[in-house]
Amino acid sequence: MNFETVLPLAPWVVFFPVLGILLNLLLGKRLGEKGIGIIASLAAGLSFGVAVLLALGLAGHPEGATYPFLRWLAVGDFVADWNFRVDTLSVTMMLVVAGVGSLIHIYSIGYMHADVRHNGEPGRFRRFFVFLNLFVAAMMILVSADNFLMLFVGWEGVGLCSYLLIGFWFEKGAGGIANAQAAKKAFVVNRIGDFGLLIAIFLIFYNFGSLDFETVFAQAPQVAAALPGVILAITLFMLLGVTGKSAQLPLYVWLPDAMAGPTPVSALIHAATMVTAGVYLVARSQALYQQVVLAQDVVMWVGAATAFFAATIAVGQYDIKKVLAYSTISQLGFMVTAVGMGAAVAGMFHLVTHAFFKALLFLGAGSVILGMEHGHEHAAAHGSHTEGHHSAFDPQDMRNMGGLREKMPLTFWVYLIGALALAGIAPLSGFFSKDEILADASLHHPAVYLVLTAAAFLTAFYVARQLAMVFFGKPRSEAAAGAAESPAVVTVPLVILAVLAAVGGLLNFPTTHWLEKWLEHSLYGVEPARFILSVALISLAVALTGLLIGWLVYGRKPLEDARQPDPLARPLNGLFLALEHKWWVDELYQAVVVKPYLRLAQFLAQPVDQGVIDGLVNGVGNLLRSTAQSWRRIQNGYVRSYALTILLGVVLVVTYLVLR
Amino acid sequence: MIFGLHPLLLVTFLPLIGFFIILFLKAEQKNAIRWTALLTSLATFGVSLAMLALFDPARGDLQLVYRTSWLRVGGISIDFYLGVDGLSILLVMLTTFLTPIAILSTWSAVEERVKGFMAFFLLLETGMIGVFLALDLVLFYIFWEFTLVPMYFLIGVWGGERRVYAAVKFFLFTMFGSLLMLLAILVMGLQVGSFAWNDLLAQRQLFAQTQLWLFLAFALAFAIKVPMFPLHTWLPDAHVEAPTAGSVILAGVLLKMGGYGFLRFNLPLFPEASLQAAPYMAVLAVIGILYGAAVSLMQKDVKKLVAYSSVSHLGFVMLGIFALTQQGLAGGVLQMINHGLSTGALFLIVGMLYERRHTREMSAYGGIWKVMPILGALTLIVMLSSAGLPGLNGFVGEFTILLGAFGSQVLNSPYFAGAATIGVILAAVYLLVMFERVFLGPVRVEANLSLKDLNAREVITLVPLLVLIFWIGLYPAPFFNLINPSVERLVSLVQGAAMLAIH
Repeated sequence: MNFETVLPLAPWVVFFPVLGILLNLLLGKRLGEKGIGIIASLAAGLSFGVAVLLALGLAGHPEGATYPFLRWLAVGDFVADWNFRVDTLSVTMMLVVAGVGSLIHIYSIGYMHADVRHNGEPGRFRRFFVFLNLFVAAMMILVSADNFLMLFVGWEGVGLCSYLLIGFWFEKGAGGIANAQAAKKAFVVNRIGDFGLLIAIFLIFYNFGSLDFETVFAQAPQVAAALPGVILAITLFMLLGVTGKSAQLPLYVWLPDAMAGPTPVSALIHAATMVTAGVYLVARSQALYQQVVLAQDVVMWVGAATAFFAATIAVGQYDIKKVLAYSTISQLGFMVTAVGMGAAVAGMFHLVTHAFFKALLFLGAGSVILGMEHGHEHAAAHGSHTEGHHSAFDPQDMRNMGGLREKMPLTFWVYLIGALALAGIAPLSGFFSKDEILADASLHHPAVYLVLTAAAFLTAFYVARQLAMVFFGKPRSEAAAGAAESPAVVTVPLVILAVLAAVGGLLNFPTTHWLEKWLEHSLYGVEPARFILSVALISLAVALTGLLIGWLVYGRKPLEDARQPDPLARPLNGLFLALEHKWWVDELYQAVVVKPYLRLAQFLAQPVDQGVIDGLVNGVGNLLRSTAQSWRRIQNGYVRSYALTILLGVVLVVTYLVLR
Repeated sequence: MIFGLHPLLLVTFLPLIGFFIILFLKAEQKNAIRWTALLTSLATFGVSLAMLALFDPARGDLQLVYRTSWLRVGGISIDFYLGVDGLSILLVMLTTFLTPIAILSTWSAVEERVKGFMAFFLLLETGMIGVFLALDLVLFYIFWEFTLVPMYFLIGVWGGERRVYAAVKFFLFTMFGSLLMLLAILVMGLQVGSFAWNDLLAQRQLFAQTQLWLFLAFALAFAIKVPMFPLHTWLPDAHVEAPTAGSVILAGVLLKMGGYGFLRFNLPLFPEASLQAAPYMAVLAVIGILYGAAVSLMQKDVKKLVAYSSVSHLGFVMLGIFALTQQGLAGGVLQMINHGLSTGALFLIVGMLYERRHTREMSAYGGIWKVMPILGALTLIVMLSSAGLPGLNGFVGEFTILLGAFGSQVLNSPYFAGAATIGVILAAVYLLVMFERVFLGPVRVEANLSLKDLNAREVITLVPLLVLIFWIGLYPAPFFNLINPSVERLVSLVQGAAMLAIH
């Protein structure tokens, strides 16, 4: 494939999804669900097709190029163009976004068909696909940007889609408002991160004179030599943005709540693609990060701490999606650690395999939830209710599940593949990508290596816990007993993802290192990845031990009924309570950030604004009135008299001028 | 020339023709009055488009100048002097664009005394356009004060419960501010022997010694209008009591007269004083951004929330202006337009809700997106534009302003822009809270279950605003092309003065 001929196709990665939006907005109502789903999936699929063509073109021209499109903003010496960066890094992201995205579009046709009916709003089917296409468009703008401003445009754009899709059922959730609040939380927390990214952008412009990637990265060594503090500031402010978007400490708190969105959204946006944007940004900006060791260390430790911290919380969750959410945060921590260490290829490798197996897990969880809802409705229809309150039943609570292996065999097998890949069992994809990160850490940062290994152990443990609670033992509710396998439109994407999750390791298999050879054309300072047998064996042993212990605790003697406490609750006591309550971080932020701000705002709004400031104004007015009692007739409050006074004044002035 | 008339004269005084026609209509002919007002304002918009076509965006100086001797007083000529440049042309367009929209929004909202309402509205339009076009300071002052009267009556007669308090407060506040400005105009005029803007500019060394005082006199008038913290308390009262169309014009256009005043008069006529005052003005601007955002969050009345958000948004404009850089100033001009569009739309939306439920308390709503999906979707877009989301207009203005302020040599510190950027977070907070309270969640109040979604007229009033919100957000280049040359001139003028001041 000739690179020059495919390059002009680049804008279509954005415009196919945009076209999908417009078509569905104009025609969707007439076309019905099938038509809407096909248009949206086709839009994502065509976008994927373009990405494939670009990748084929790049095979013969791996250094890539920029396709100029539009002068977007030019004021004074500030110029930012909307150009399309086509290189191996951006195209890798495009392939993941549009590839996984297309599968999830197809899956959603089936999932949302059931979901909109379950929620009693069939009319919202179209809205969902409009938002989903909008997400693909915004994500494509992000990854194809060739300057920091357009990256930011996409960056906030995907944040918007996240907001819209988390709050898709905006009248649902606890108290009818929890979903809307989760959406708001995601947006605001991300805005805090975006504050950092904006400041980084300003600093870049004034120190490099441009926001274009190539110009900036080429000058990085000189600027770093002259102004090391500036590069440190840029990279750390950028890191704030990364912690927001990629859900790292301390801004990760929005992601678990984001599970309020429909499950395909959790899979696509909150696991496979959007949340990896921060990893992509650091990988893209390696030229800056590699100039300051301190910044690299900070990024690395933020990632490692998040990887471990989130894994602990995952152990104490009961909601099937919450477990996966904390797992995602933890795995993003692995990726951030990698790009922080300078092992950008390993980070990108894990990004890709994680997209496969975590999308698979979320979609699998979605299939489980569909099955549970089906079982629940079935039980309700037959009037045999023993679960208590109809509305209180939670189809996502793993304590209500059990034994689904037999009810949903296909879902079970693909879920198992995803779970083992996540746990890092060879030869599944997660093993290779995680191992590459661990190997790099073991060579240069032993402390980080230990933390990540501990996180890997916890990962295997919570995976075993989840598998046991969901699929093994006996059904612990009528819903679980009545669960049924999902339709083909749901399971076929699962099977495809399962294949990818199984063989994804081949991408950067230790002997071939395809991904490394592919990415070294666009990543700055790629260090050759190493395969260290001892590290690989240890990590495999750690994963197997985690699975084994998890199995011993949860699988050997499965829970008997939904109200039985977690087997760990007693031995771990207060510690388990802390895990269950997510270390009370939300409560901490509430007390330290939210409440003080509200109190300050209230103080400003009432005593200050209405009391002092407005009081002064009215006070001056009253003072004038009381001292001018004798002039009352003049100050009668009628504007026409005031107007007359103005006129009089003007006449006086004019008279003065004339007679002067 | 359009129909043998100078385009600027025509655009300024065309609304007056409608005004006179309405005077001859009977008060009962409500629809005839409405149509007269609407068609007149649409015609005015058409004329302003012709003005835009005649305008050469490559030039930064004043264009389409119309000047004729008007009064001669004691040897000093007061001219009828109009002209337009990149600083004012978009504001004129904004005025002629928002006026028909505002008139359309009153179709069913104003049933009482339609004749007076429409008459004042057209009078107001002439006044506002005159403010943006006048180049003789006496003429400017006359137009400036002239806008007070119709707005005073619009609030005082067609307003809410506390309309008289709000109207008098609005009137006295602005009146008080402009008295010192009048004094300053007279002082300069007497010293130079002319009130014409370019004569004053050419001979500004005559009053260079007293320029700090003159700067302050002008600044007081303009800062009240903007309004800058802490001179803003008239605004929430005026907005809450004003009828919807009044709020749209008040927020959309009248506030911009303040920002425009700084650009047209303070910066070029008193450049050294501007440089001197810039850090202080920037501090007030940043306080306004953060303070307005915090206070906005605490409001229970949705209109008050939007009113305080204006304090925050206009803080960005003032920060951009007093960054005194190309980006800051250009962003400031564009952000005035953006604010007019987004906040105008927000007030229209509040009006649509008010017309249905006769309350502005947010607690009376909730879940409105479910019952009014069209309004929900449109509000979402407007809200996001106000929150500065990329792809919509607000981001382009805010980003340019912050960028310009961040590296401003005059402010000489990135902390102004850094603190202002926090305002971007806070804006998301109060806007999302507003959207959540009104549009999200379940429908809690029974009366809301039967709400009717927007009718065609209401959609038509909002759609033009949305088109511009997207246009500026997706492709801002044509707008900056209009603004840039004049801003370049202004920057070099101020910086030239700064160089002289150093030597």
